[in-house]
Formats: sequence, C-alpha cells, structure tokens
Amino acid sequence: MSVFTALLSRDLKLALRQSADSLTVIAFFAIATVLFPFGVGPEAEILSRIAAGVVWVAALLAALLSLDRVFTVDFEDGTLDQLLLNGQSMTFVVLAKVIAHWLTTGVPLIIMSPILAITLQLPAEGYGTLVLALLLGTPTVSLVGALGAALVLGARRGGVLLSLLVLPLYIPVLIFGTAAVEAALTGMPSAPMLSILGGFALIAITLCPFGTAAALRQAAE
Amino acid sequence: MHKYANPTQFMRIANAIYPWVAGLCLLLFAAAIPVALMFSPPDYQQGETVRIMYIHVSSAWLMMMIYGIIAANSAMFLIWRHPMASIAARASAPMGAVFCALALITGMLWGQPMWGTFWVWDARLTSTLILFFLYIGYIALADAFEDSERGDKAAAVLALVGSVNVPIIHFSVEWWNTLHQPSILKAGKEGVGSSVHGSILLPLFLMMGAFTMFYFALLVLRLRSELLAAKIRNARLSQIAGHSAAQPAE
Repeated sequence: MSVFTALLSRDLKLALRQSADSLTVIAFFAIATVLFPFGVGPEAEILSRIAAGVVWVAALLAALLSLDRVFTVDFEDGTLDQLLLNGQSMTFVVLAKVIAHWLTTGVPLIIMSPILAITLQLPAEGYGTLVLALLLGTPTVSLVGALGAALVLGARRGGVLLSLLVLPLYIPVLIFGTAAVEAALTGMPSAPMLSILGGFALIAITLCPFGTAAALRQAAE
Repeated sequence: MHKYANPTQFMRIANAIYPWVAGLCLLLFAAAIPVALMFSPPDYQQGETVRIMYIHVSSAWLMMMIYGIIAANSAMFLIWRHPMASIAARASAPMGAVFCALALITGMLWGQPMWGTFWVWDARLTSTLILFFLYIGYIALADAFEDSERGDKAAAVLALVGSVNVPIIHFSVEWWNTLHQPSILKAGKEGVGSSVHGSILLPLFLMMGAFTMFYFALLVLRLRSELLAAKIRNARLSQIAGHSAAQPAE
C-alpha cells in the first residue's frame, strides 16, 4: 500500500512539474471542440443539439492522446522493470497509475467541459448532467485506456494502434454519456443512463487492472 | 490436451480430420446452395430477399463462433502456454473478420429493401461493428511487434477483454427492442425451437453447417501452412548460423 501512495504522489508530482503535458491535452480538447461550430455552422439550434456529443467525442480523443504517457516513460527508463522485480502487486501499481492519469487528465477535462459546452450553446438544463456523466464515465476511459496503453508498449505504430484498440471499447461509454445529457434536455430522468455509466466504471475497475497488470508483465519480459 | 502441444502430434489429428471436414463442407454446400437460393419458397412478406438471410445468418453465426474460439484459445494460451492455441487463434482471426464483414454487408443489402435504409444505429448493428473493429485491432496488434511471441500475448489479452462484447451482440435484440428482429433460433429446455417454418429452416441449417465446415477446413489448411512457414524460417536461421545439419524444430 505504501508503494501505491508513493507511486501516486510521484506521478502527480511529475505531472505537476511537467504541467505542459496536461495543458496540451486540455488545449487539444478545446481546439477540437471549437472546430465544430466552423464545420457545421454557427446556428444555435444545431449546435445545442450536438453539444453533448461533441464534448464527449472531443474528451475521448483528448484522453486518447494522453494515454501513451501512462506507461511509456516508465517502460523506457526501466522503472517498470524495477516495479516488477520489486514483487509488488502489479494490480495496485496499475491502479495507482490509472488514478494519477484520471486526476491529471480526466479531472481537467471535466472542469473544462462546461466552459466548452457554453460555446456550443448547450441548454442550461444539460450542464449538471454533462459534468456528472463525465465524472462517472472518465474513470472507465482511464481504466480501459491504460489497458490499451499497456498492450501496445513496444509496438510499431503504437499510437495509431492504440486508437484502433481503445476507441471501439469507448463506444458504450459515449452512447450512455450522451444519452444521459439528452435525457436531461428532454425532461426525462437521466438517472438510468448515469447508473449504467457507473456500472461500466465498476466493471472496468474490477477487470481492467488485472488485464493491464498481465499486459505489463508481458511487455517487460 | 498437453499431448497436442506438439505441432506434429496436433497436425496428425488435424490432417486425419481434414478430408472429412472438407468433404462434408462440399457436400453441404452442394445441398445448401441450390435449396437456399433456388428451391426454397420465397417469404410471403420479404419475397426473394429472404435468400440473403441464409448467407447473413450463417456469416453472423461464424463471426460469433470464431470469436468464441479465439477467446477460448487465448485463455488456453495465457494459462497453459499452449503453443498451438495461439497459432490457432491467430489463424482464425482473419476468417472471423471476413465473416463479420460479410454479415455486415449482407445485412446492409437486406436492410435497404426491407427497412428502407442501409444502416441504422441499432444495438445489434453497433455491437457487430464493434466486433469488426475488435477483429481488426486483434490482427493489427498481433502483427505489431518485432517479437512475435509478444504479439501473441498482447493479442490474447485483447481477445479476452473483447469477449465481453459477444454476449452483448447475442442479447442485444432482446434487451433493446429496435429494428433488428429477435433471434429466430432458440435453444431451450424443450430442444431447439423456432418461429420459422421448416421450409426456410432446413436450408438455413444446411448453410450454417456448410459455413462451419468451411471454417474448420480452412483452419486446418492455415495451421498447416503456418507450421510449414515456421519450419522454413527455422531451417533458414540455422543455415545462416552455419549449422551443418539444419534441424528444423519439430
């Protein structure tokens, strides 16, 4: 457990000192979202219709960009081998890395999302649900993403491959994430969709760390 | 089971089965194609387009079965390091991808006259599309490493993760009531029941049998060529290494 906290605080410290990494992801999120008004036109009714979906898709793509730094540096400089040799439970190591990734990528994305939703004219009823849906959905994004990142360690064209592996697995999160906001906008209860998102997060947190740990062990062999 | 970890042992069995599987495949196709495409009656609502269904359901059945086989083999490979399991999983993946594409394409061709659209974002179609991406990702990941063993292992983990999608595809038509009709074949306690008339059920079963045998026949051929390629690689390597008597690993 001490390794867990040590690893978590180390990753957070590293992210804080190289804050440009996190900021780049946020900047990408903003730019990708802002492209849509130019692409589909500035009419408020079209934008407010697609706002939730655009924010979600841009957030997923931004998270995808940040995934390669979860394990790559540790893999290249030998930290990963040390952690494996240490005899620590890799599941906890993975969990610490995933939590660090979520805190440095997921949380900034969640904080940014209402601001970007304003530029897309999202109606007022949608904001609370959008933030809540992202809060429940982004842990799944980090957990599944870490699994993908561990699988492609050392691969040729790892970045493109990572998107090919991970984006299809994000589709269920995207569907229910946008459906929750949609429900809130039409006056329907959004709780069922949010519950499903929470369910995804619970499934992911029970299964993904084991898979990721197995993938890391193979990568270091 | 560990006896068949030896490729020679394994291929002895596989080669013995092959003529039977291939023969049965030809026989079933010889029966299924005329019955399904010419002699079976057109549906009273769908007319002749019902014949697309024979190919569509058979392809969909195979894409699910092959994914199941890949996932089972991947588990065997990861747990017991069974070498034939990873070769079989890798050899199956391109076939699964092709049958998945066939199921999607025939579904679209059928959907255009029947639903009035090639594509709807319905749960069954979406989950099948995800399966197709999983197949592509699996093939790409298995080939992405210098060390092919690493590719085998990474792809095996991915196959197991992706297997959560298979029950979703299967039950999608029952959980969400959308455009795609529910399963017509149901295996229950009373045996296999169906809401479909026998004149359509018979060619469907023939076609599904023919497709399944086709997969197994092709799998044996692919395994055979895979092992031969490995032998050639080993022989070349030992030639380069300057060994006087090249001993290909059996």
